[in-house]
Amino acid sequence: MTTTAAHSAGERTARKHDPGAAPRRRRPGRLRRIGLPYLLLLPALLLELLVHLLPMVIGIVVSFKELTQFYIRDWGTAPWAGLDNYSLTVDFDAPVGEALLRSFLTTCLFTVLSVGLCWLLGAAAAIYMQEAFRGRGILRTLFLVPYALPVYAAVITWAFMFQRDNGLVNHVLHDQLGLTDSAPFWLIGDNSFIALLVVSVWKGWPFAFLIIMAGLQNIPRDIYEAAALDGAGVWQQIRRITLPSLRPVNQVLVLVLFLWTFNDFNTPFVLFGKAAPEAADLISIHIYQSSFQTWNFGTGSAMSVLLLLFLLVVTGVYLWLTSRGRKAADA
Amino acid sequence: MPNPAVRQPRSPMAAPRSFLWSRRIFLTLLTVFVLLPVYVMISSSLKPLEDVSGKFAWIPSGLTVSPYFDIWDTVPLADYFMNSLIVAGAATVCSVTIAVFAAYAVSRYSFRGKRVFTVTVLSTQMFPGILFLLPLFLIYVNIGNATGIALFGSRGGLILTYLTFSLPFSIWMLIGYFDSVPRDLDEAAKVDGCGPLGALFRVIVPAAIPGIVAVAVYAFMTAWGEVLFASVMTNDTTRTLAVGLQGYSTQNDVYWNQIMAASLVVSLPVVAGFLLLQRYLVTGLTAGAVK
Repeated sequence: MTTTAAHSAGERTARKHDPGAAPRRRRPGRLRRIGLPYLLLLPALLLELLVHLLPMVIGIVVSFKELTQFYIRDWGTAPWAGLDNYSLTVDFDAPVGEALLRSFLTTCLFTVLSVGLCWLLGAAAAIYMQEAFRGRGILRTLFLVPYALPVYAAVITWAFMFQRDNGLVNHVLHDQLGLTDSAPFWLIGDNSFIALLVVSVWKGWPFAFLIIMAGLQNIPRDIYEAAALDGAGVWQQIRRITLPSLRPVNQVLVLVLFLWTFNDFNTPFVLFGKAAPEAADLISIHIYQSSFQTWNFGTGSAMSVLLLLFLLVVTGVYLWLTSRGRKAADA
Repeated sequence: MPNPAVRQPRSPMAAPRSFLWSRRIFLTLLTVFVLLPVYVMISSSLKPLEDVSGKFAWIPSGLTVSPYFDIWDTVPLADYFMNSLIVAGAATVCSVTIAVFAAYAVSRYSFRGKRVFTVTVLSTQMFPGILFLLPLFLIYVNIGNATGIALFGSRGGLILTYLTFSLPFSIWMLIGYFDSVPRDLDEAAKVDGCGPLGALFRVIVPAAIPGIVAVAVYAFMTAWGEVLFASVMTNDTTRTLAVGLQGYSTQNDVYWNQIMAASLVVSLPVVAGFLLLQRYLVTGLTAGAVK
């Protein structure tokens, strides 16, 4: 249905500005030529439709339904619930809404800290490694290891390190440095937030490092040379040339880091198991638990839809603000 | 190899000591932070069970390789390994093939809806997995009921899901690579009588092999490391490593040495692949973002 509409639309444009696009030799028929790009896109489109767009539509529909475990086999028959699921999830005085709000705020704080630290480590490492020095290549390879390791293998190792009685973290902090009176728990209680943050930064910063390093290569060298001739020292060059030049790279990088971190499910899931402690109850885990433990898919879907709306709004505002800032800076 | 002239220090002035010292300290601390879990993983995998159950020790009291033999018996790790290989391998092959076609269309043809397509496909990347986990679960269960094609709990369903996870980014990366292949090359091939697909497979694909390798590694890593869908969409026979690794903690004991050994074993294929091909992958991953 979509394809046929796209076909005729494509035909119109193609006719309008096709001449000269390709040497006209041996053309096996107009329709095939015009349809070809769509034909090439078809498999990708179908799959995206099946696995991303269709579920999203169904998710929105389900969020207006009262879908409990009795209806899973035949979810179409579940009764309509109107806005009940939504009013339940945003009623912040009731337990469900209150827990969702707390999880949302936890996720916000976690995301800001994690993205900030990832960017800081990545930028510092990339800038320090901009010039060649002995061992730079090896270091760069080592720094990519957290990115290359499968999430579950890396996070399960961190879970071991954070064990109260036989973990490395308590051994160093308590036994060797004597910083704490008694060995603290890291994977339950308030400390779990710190544990989650450490693991998330460890896993996420190499990506920032990679992208910023690539961005640095695009800065023309003569700018640095000119600055040096004018007497600017290394620190000044970093502040006046390097950091401003990274602006366009940062725009994309921060957005991608934000979305990945905000939606992160794998890290808390492997670190804490199915029940994340309250202090580290990220939104994805929260929705997962509300849906698959109570089998109440309607409420879970309503939460998901709200999450999607939030992400869309944040992304839109972010892109609008940063592009405006860039245009102003360019002008 | 890069031209050595380009690799000179950034400024004619020598870097001040403050810069050199802070660099030394920062990079040392960062290296410790990065390698700490790697050290724990390797050293603990060689410790006897008493060592990992008691207080952590930097130096193992004794070395043993028995965890590397025991991991295969404690849980059916070989089966999980096989499942992960099949799922990740198939998802990679399909994802790369589909991405090649799509990227070719976007890179070489102008058509109505091109921008909408690229933006839509890329934006699916930002949707949280949890958002379509429930509906996809419902869809797979219902397709199974209606047609008898078992997607839920089968490897096929997982392959289908994973290949679309890596697809958007793969298409995006390949568009960049295909754009960098000079158009004259495929125009010349067409003049010589190649059809559009001939030009793609005889000219563009060979010229963009580094990009295709990068995309393949990326797709494989994505599928190999996925946890959320693996934990919901698999059953006992199709379980992948992401879920299977949790089987080493029993009611009474957590075999941490075996968990570490197994983590190391399941990491080897992807880490080795990544490090071997990092040159290609890094250019591929970063090309899009920097543009």
